[in-house]
Amino acid sequence: MNLTLKVWRQKNASDKGKIVEYKVNDISPDCSFLEMIDILNNNLVELGDEPIAFDHDCREGICGMCSMFINGRPHGPSDEITTCQLHMRSFKDGDTIFIEPWRAEGFPVIKDLTVDRTAFDRIIEAGGYVSVNTGSAQDANNLPIPKIDADKAFDSATCIGCGACVAACKNASAMLFVSAKVSQLALLPQGQVERKQRVENMVAQMDEEGFGSCTNTGACEAECPKGISIENIARMNREYFSAKISSDNV
Amino acid sequence: MKLDSKIPKGPIDKKWSQYKSEVNLVNPANKRHIDVIVIGTGLAGASAAATMGELGYNVKAFCFQDSPRRAHSIAAQGGINAAKNYQNDGDSVYRLFYDTIKGGDYRSREGNVHRLAEVSRNIIDQCVAQGVPFAREYGGYLDNRSFGGVQVKRTFYAKGQTGQQLLLGAYSALARQIKQKTVTMYNRHEMLDVVIVDGKARGIIARNLITGEIERHSAHAVVLASGGYGNVFFLSTNAMGSNVTAAWKVHKKGAMFANPCYTQIHPTCLPRTGDYQSKLTLMSESLRNDGRVWVPKKKEDAVRLQKGEITAKEIKDEDRDFYLERRYPAFGNLVPRDVASRAAKERCDAGFGVNKTGEAVFLDFGYAIKRMGKDAVEAKYGNLFQMYEKIADENPYELPMKIYPAVHYTMGGLWVDYNLMTNVPGLYATGECNFSDHGANRLGASALMQGLADGYFVLPYTIGNYLADDIRTGAISTDSKEFDEAEANVKKTIDQLVNNKGTKSVDHFHKKLGNVMWEKCGMARNKEGLKSAIEEIQQIKKDFWADVLIPGTNEELNLELEKALRVADFIELGELMCRDALQREESCGGHFREEHQTEEGEALRNDDDFAFVGAWEYKGEGTEPELHKEELVYENVEMKQRSYK
Repeated sequence: MNLTLKVWRQKNASDKGKIVEYKVNDISPDCSFLEMIDILNNNLVELGDEPIAFDHDCREGICGMCSMFINGRPHGPSDEITTCQLHMRSFKDGDTIFIEPWRAEGFPVIKDLTVDRTAFDRIIEAGGYVSVNTGSAQDANNLPIPKIDADKAFDSATCIGCGACVAACKNASAMLFVSAKVSQLALLPQGQVERKQRVENMVAQMDEEGFGSCTNTGACEAECPKGISIENIARMNREYFSAKISSDNV
Repeated sequence: MKLDSKIPKGPIDKKWSQYKSEVNLVNPANKRHIDVIVIGTGLAGASAAATMGELGYNVKAFCFQDSPRRAHSIAAQGGINAAKNYQNDGDSVYRLFYDTIKGGDYRSREGNVHRLAEVSRNIIDQCVAQGVPFAREYGGYLDNRSFGGVQVKRTFYAKGQTGQQLLLGAYSALARQIKQKTVTMYNRHEMLDVVIVDGKARGIIARNLITGEIERHSAHAVVLASGGYGNVFFLSTNAMGSNVTAAWKVHKKGAMFANPCYTQIHPTCLPRTGDYQSKLTLMSESLRNDGRVWVPKKKEDAVRLQKGEITAKEIKDEDRDFYLERRYPAFGNLVPRDVASRAAKERCDAGFGVNKTGEAVFLDFGYAIKRMGKDAVEAKYGNLFQMYEKIADENPYELPMKIYPAVHYTMGGLWVDYNLMTNVPGLYATGECNFSDHGANRLGASALMQGLADGYFVLPYTIGNYLADDIRTGAISTDSKEFDEAEANVKKTIDQLVNNKGTKSVDHFHKKLGNVMWEKCGMARNKEGLKSAIEEIQQIKKDFWADVLIPGTNEELNLELEKALRVADFIELGELMCRDALQREESCGGHFREEHQTEEGEALRNDDDFAFVGAWEYKGEGTEPELHKEELVYENVEMKQRSYK
């Protein structure tokens, strides 16, 4: 396959940035999208040019590091996959492909396609955990958990923290990400003790990071590589409401 | 130098409890005056940093990724072992201990492995308390499955994402400590050297990957939890960024590197397709619970498969060779990884491979679908099947998967004693980056167990024993000649790379190295090949430093520079791996020397001459490293030829 790439290049956080065009030729359809970028970068390096900076690590769809906005969609044209799982067979010979970074106030660009997602870490630090010190746990089977709850909690817990939900949202809202963690712990008995302050603190931190509000368009769910449902957002709204009406913080 | 493993005296099942009751402690008021550095935030690093933070130490944690949650533990699929015996199927601490020693082909330490089996039970309790959503049965109790090399069901799992769920549990514990300011997190930082003051590890030199700034960080102890070195092969199941640099730098500063040749080749990975390939994807070993491995019996069928003229469906049952079930009736498709990998290679080398490269075998779920129905198969393995289809573009419910072995895990690593301390005082190594628990072959679902055992339940005790002597030391200054020197060396190397202006990219050299390693120090090794590999690697090293090209500068996010610093260390490690493989004139676990096999092609150990840990001491550039031997003593398990027949 021969392709034309239009790639966002931005030297650093303060640079204005622009789209630059590249050609890549003789790409196998079995090649992954990131391997196609590897080929381009290798060519650039051997010409002495700077390769395109992009985040990636596990290349099997689980670490959540890769983050490309491809032809107007986070992680590209296929559903429920990350950029690293996208293969060139999803494109046609002669295609022009636009590649941009995640765009959101909460995710400032560091360089080219690399953005800063530490806002997500700070949201988790605000309450995305059960406060249990190592060593103080009881036997794991002392507390049976209905399979249906455990499975639902698992579905929420599969979030990989990539930020595609924010990138997809016209408001750059982080509700899907935050609600997935709130839901996981709200569904499990271990999460009950801190249930109220968790949702209050995590939402407060989310707002502080500059993420937008949710207007229920569902773009996040449609683009989530792990198929996290917006049911989680509904659950978080319920959690938030019931926490607030009985909160000790008001 | 004598290697003292410091295994406590006494009966095997009392050693750890005895140790804990006699160990030195640091009182809570003193802990806040003690700094500990942790390198890496995978299961071993995140759990250690979080636990030491809870205890009250001042922890500084480092990772090269953009968030600690990305560490490659996240990609572990199948599960985590624990001797809970919830299934009432005869499991016990002793059995987990025994299986691990046997699975490791009698090349690990009894004392360490028994401790691992003991604390395995606490890990499950801790993770459940954190809200890790393990798989459950309808009654609400935890479910288990079976893994290779084992005849009980002791593996806890969360679909095919167990590593993810455990890591997110450890990450959340870490996040809580970051919030409480007991842990300071340094994302996008890479450790480039250790600083040794008066013979003790007292800090590190790290590069801020965004600004390129070279930073000094001091501490009373340094813990490496930096993972394995499988990427020395270029293609492996490791993440792109997984590297040996932290471990290699401390090796060059005096820490011994043990058993580097023990590499685990995982039997169930997606086969390679082309030169552009950047990594190999693992399909969980749990698939072998229900999948049957086979190749055609008749060579003409194999040839037609290779040419793409027929599919698996057109080969009748009686023309299929279920070679694992044939060779190993007792364990069948669930033989340990090293055995399964070599058996696949044997069939493919004999010409029975099933894809266009001739390097693939079938993993067939047709039988499981017939037996338990498609829905049940989907419930158990759905996400793995989906992952397979995305990469291979074939539906595994319809056609068998095609799989081939790939480099997955490295059992070798930094030599540590029972305290998990290297031979450099104050320098610890935990998780995959140490050598301690898996011998010559790791059993499935034991990596997660070891990482979390070290981080949650072992290191927090053992490090206190050392730090108890440091309560009056006070803060370690970074303004010393040792820090000056280490920083100057790091800067010199970076300057050399950035100003080299050669003609080839870093990957060019990395692929060359990987090729030599795979061909000559991979699944099967021999004397001649290893000798020539050492020469070839020395040439690659010369070429790398003469001709590597790094665009850009140090003072920015520079991915090529990051890669170059890592590959420079991989090249040196590769040579040491070949030396280790060359000296070990026997076959054991993941190390298979063609000269040493039984008539049936099984690994042939030599316990008289090689029942030792081979620990290598760095002797300086251009000088051959020196081998030190730690004898392995088996007081509780009888050394036998491993049999899974």
